Amino acid sequence: MTQKLLAKTEPDPSVVPTQNANVEGLYDEERAPKLTWKIYLRALFSDRVTLIAALFLIIMAVSALGAQFLAPFDPNQIDIMNRFMPPLSMTDAGQFHLLGTDQLGRDVLSRLMHGAQVSISIGFLGAICSGLLGITLGIIAGYKRGLFEDIVMRLVDGMQSLPSLLIALFVLFIIGGGYFNLVLVFTFLQWTVFCRMARSLTLNLRDSNFISAARVLGCTDARIMLRHILPNMVAPLMVLFTLEVAILILSEASLSFLGFGVQPPNASWGRMIASGRDHINTAWWLVTLPGLAIFLTALALNLLAGWCRAVSDPVHSSRWLTPKRKQNKQEG
Amino acid sequence: MPYLVRRAGHSAIMLLVVVSFVFFAGRMIGDPAIVMLGASASDTALEQLRNNLGLNDPLLMQYFRYVGGLVQGDLGVSFRYGFAQMPAERFMDGGGTPVMGLVLARLPQTLYLAAVALGGALALALVMGCLAAMYPRSWIDHLVNVLSLASVSVVQFWLGLVLIVLFAVHLGWLPTGGYGSWYHVILPALALGARPLGRVAQVTRSAMLDEMARPYVAAARAKGLPEHRIVSVHALKNAGIPVVTITGDELVQLVTGAILVETVFGWPGIGHLLVEALNNRDLPVLQGAILAVATLVIVVNLLVDITYTYLNPKVSLSSREN
Repeated sequence: MTQKLLAKTEPDPSVVPTQNANVEGLYDEERAPKLTWKIYLRALFSDRVTLIAALFLIIMAVSALGAQFLAPFDPNQIDIMNRFMPPLSMTDAGQFHLLGTDQLGRDVLSRLMHGAQVSISIGFLGAICSGLLGITLGIIAGYKRGLFEDIVMRLVDGMQSLPSLLIALFVLFIIGGGYFNLVLVFTFLQWTVFCRMARSLTLNLRDSNFISAARVLGCTDARIMLRHILPNMVAPLMVLFTLEVAILILSEASLSFLGFGVQPPNASWGRMIASGRDHINTAWWLVTLPGLAIFLTALALNLLAGWCRAVSDPVHSSRWLTPKRKQNKQEG
Repeated sequence: MPYLVRRAGHSAIMLLVVVSFVFFAGRMIGDPAIVMLGASASDTALEQLRNNLGLNDPLLMQYFRYVGGLVQGDLGVSFRYGFAQMPAERFMDGGGTPVMGLVLARLPQTLYLAAVALGGALALALVMGCLAAMYPRSWIDHLVNVLSLASVSVVQFWLGLVLIVLFAVHLGWLPTGGYGSWYHVILPALALGARPLGRVAQVTRSAMLDEMARPYVAAARAKGLPEHRIVSVHALKNAGIPVVTITGDELVQLVTGAILVETVFGWPGIGHLLVEALNNRDLPVLQGAILAVATLVIVVNLLVDITYTYLNPKVSLSSREN
């Protein structure tokens, strides 16, 4: 799906901007890295939508990481007297619930923050694990080729033609739900995406001169793969990783909705929607707010991935990376 | 047509892999006899059931029997359906509701929902994509961009719930769920169709933009053809390949999305059956529903590839893989 489209639009990974600087003779060991960071930051600040998305993600990350300290209430503290308080309401005891309370009187904001911890970390862990597995297999397949490549790619083709959520459901039905089982299932279902891209990028790189040079110098295969091939495909893989995190957050919500996520009373966004569903007639915020959190997080991740792709694309990057003033001068 | 034969062979192998996976993984949760009769069942009852179901045979033999049954359209017997309370006695004489009947009874509703959702989304998406390509940077172009971003970021079942809150609970225009007259299908179809709408519109737009820049479009314009004819007849067919690919992918997504959307709306389709089977721990029904959906997906993928070769005879297996 996404990865197929990506593969078509992906730039030649050997011409990432940092290397352009080398080629043009601008390289200065002291200054170059700082310069690129500054350029990227400036590009980020000049694009308002992506900036907002990035800020939103930072806020989400902080509230998820610091949920234990930042959450106004204990997320599992039941308060039967104050059930179904709408957002922005104050209890008789003077406690202010910004986003209201749920069917057991638990604070929705606190649960959202703790749920963020679960949902986002499952997304990240799943993407990291499947990325590690997929990229390793993909690079080896693309570099060594032969029978190993055939087997791996057949497997990838086969797995990608199956409905992954369905297989995940069945596996979770057998091994049971829970945090680590979810990560495990995501790893074994999503590695194919990374593997396919890592292999095609490796195929593009493996016949380059600098790889031949490394081989002539006596580098071992492992060193070539790790130090010469891998660093050259960081940009497209980062884009894929970002998209994958968004996809996994959505999948986690779906699986948690069916009861395979973290077990109650712990909160995750999908579980909150599931338990709010019974009260949809009376308390709209119980369903709407966690779904909105998922939507906005996934949206921000998708926006950021689009920006990363544009910035790392040599055809379009100049538009993003050169300051506005300079651009005008060049055009005029 | 060697390509089509090879492609169909791949599909058959995939199907066999899924069947094997579903069978062996299903055995990993434990002895089916204990699952059926419960942990408190007596040893004689268990033994009798095992004999009746052939569970004492070697696993491989049971597997071949299962596959043989599948070929003849036999998906086994449900653990739960058709029994008022304890199913024990009925199991003994091999009674019970055949899973095949359950699956076949639910399949039309799912296909109906999927057809409405995808048909509506596709029609709208093609028009929107073409308009966005005809007027770049116009409001419709921006709308397509926003929609395509939003559609990959939203959870379908949540969208369904929000639609229920809005249109059924607050406005009272449409029913909250169920199956029946034509207006029952509107909300589930909206929830399911939003994602394909955004994705297909986006892909149509970019494919059309590529096509509109080609010389043959300029030639058609020079010939004096009206613009709508150039777009709808000449460019759209050539932009077809990426659109068909993404539609096939979205159809696969749609089938899995339907599992949750049907649950949310109480739509009596195969997804609803699957979730019920999950909750009842009804393994044969679960296996049957998964096999049905997987078959559907594999057939769709096969059809997409066949359409592919029809749209562009140059496409062969090798060129699609790379």
